[in-house]
Amino acid sequence: MRSVLGDRRAIAILLGPALLVYTLAMLVPVVWSLGYTFFKGNALEGFRFAGFDNFARLVADPDVHEAFAFTVKYAALMSLGQVVVGYALALFYVFVLRRLSSFVRTLVFFPVVIPTVAIALLYQKLFQSAPRDGVVNELLVNVGLGGVDWLGAGDTAFIVIIVMDLWRSMGFYGVLIYAGLLDIPEDILESARLDGARRWSLFRHIVLPLSLPILLSSVIFSLNGTIKVFDSVLALTNGGPGTSNTPLTLYMYRTAFAYGDYGYGSTIALLLTIMCFAVTVVVFRSARRDITA
Amino acid sequence: MATLTDPRPTLTAEPVRNRRRRRSVGELVRRVPVAIGIAVLLVIELYPLFWLFMNSLKSSQEFISTPSWALPAEFRWDNYATAWETGSLATTIRNSVVATVPSLLLIILLGVAAGFALEVMVWKGRNTVLLTVLAGIMIPGQMILLPLFTIYFNLRLTGTLWPLIITYTAHGLPLTILMMATYFRAIPREIFEASTIDGASIVRSFFSIGFPMVRNAVLTVALVQFFLIWNDLLFAITFANRRELNTIQAGLLNFSGEYGALDYGPLMAAICITVTGVLVLYLFLNQRIMQGLTAGSIKG
Repeated sequence: MRSVLGDRRAIAILLGPALLVYTLAMLVPVVWSLGYTFFKGNALEGFRFAGFDNFARLVADPDVHEAFAFTVKYAALMSLGQVVVGYALALFYVFVLRRLSSFVRTLVFFPVVIPTVAIALLYQKLFQSAPRDGVVNELLVNVGLGGVDWLGAGDTAFIVIIVMDLWRSMGFYGVLIYAGLLDIPEDILESARLDGARRWSLFRHIVLPLSLPILLSSVIFSLNGTIKVFDSVLALTNGGPGTSNTPLTLYMYRTAFAYGDYGYGSTIALLLTIMCFAVTVVVFRSARRDITA
Repeated sequence: MATLTDPRPTLTAEPVRNRRRRRSVGELVRRVPVAIGIAVLLVIELYPLFWLFMNSLKSSQEFISTPSWALPAEFRWDNYATAWETGSLATTIRNSVVATVPSLLLIILLGVAAGFALEVMVWKGRNTVLLTVLAGIMIPGQMILLPLFTIYFNLRLTGTLWPLIITYTAHGLPLTILMMATYFRAIPREIFEASTIDGASIVRSFFSIGFPMVRNAVLTVALVQFFLIWNDLLFAITFANRRELNTIQAGLLNFSGEYGALDYGPLMAAICITVTGVLVLYLFLNQRIMQGLTAGSIKG
């Protein structure tokens, strides 16, 4: 029977096309991109060998430092926000709303499917200060606080980015963690209750430890996504004001297409890729140890 | 997926009357925060969209003279006509459809078959291949952007939507293969062994037994990929940067840059049109979409 499921010709027919496309349009470009890191120039003007110049430049480039700092700050804060808010939502769904949560889940989830550019443009208007105040500023003025030029300064624009992306993605993390919480065996909760565990102690000693694996997966997933942040920042502030909120992804894009430097762009892309892999490996390893210990 | 049953303890030892009273007080105490929680979420989620819709119906005069939360004095539906014309929405929608549909079909056909070959079939080296494919999930689009741009340029594919279709297909395969492999894990291999005893080749039994058995999962995966592709911006602005090739996301970005700075009403209307299509799809299929997005990201 093994011979049937091990039929080489069948494997080739079923797997071949996918592997071919994947290899040609993913693996080859990745290797090709690695090759670019040793060159200067671009596809239209031609390339010249640059040795390790791009890497030296990457290490010394203040713009990269700024973009790297933004990416790390954004990814850390955003992941924390997504997992904390998502967890709060999930607990709300499972322990408070219970079986009636379907409607609320549907509602909170829907920004996930809306095109990012549309959301970013909407938030631009909600937080605008000129020519007319948006809703947020009008609210602030009405409660006696002054309006803020939200998108005019780096720090406040960063707040808008965080608020918007959290709004956009919290429903997703809510449902993700909710699905994980449903896997906690009911009899464990039941016996803890019979032993007298109520609310806080039930959460602290039973629910929280049992949700660590799903929280861990969410952190990895979230970091992996937030390091790649691109659409929302591009559409909301275009990395500004100035370069204050430019993630590495956007800096890479500009380097390659506005300045025509493929080699340096690829070097930045490589940094991004390494960050994604590192996050997955490091978080996964350290947390595996914690959970199994 | 397990369903959590009512976690309240059953207090069978207590007298019935006592239990009922205790319940009603507890119920009331619990209901207040529940109601507040739901109300807050409702406002947070719905108000921005309501505001968007209301603003899409205002005249440009109103944007200057009235507060932004005010309701429109009269409904200016012509904003929608203006948005449709000026933003070339028909073109961008067509481009999005032309780029998305073939990519989806290819992703499903290639991805499901590959998931089958990698999970159901037994051969040396399949774990290595699976890991290589899964690593693709972590690779940022920026890493493959420039080589692909060069390749498409040299193949003279720029100026068509082919670069998008090819890129979306390749980029969507890792997640699809992972998800399909997970679904196939739940199907006993004996089924395929039995069908081959009956004389079907394994390729034949994949198409006439394996594929139909996972067709619900296929729909789920297709929905996930649909939203990922439909909402892509990076590849869209790189490979389809000519105006006549703009997808919805790219078109909206250009529209806001050139036209939206002057006239808010039509810009809001354009955003509304863009949002409406996916929201309708979502309302019909929301359970499956949620299920798919979460299954695709974690379980496996």
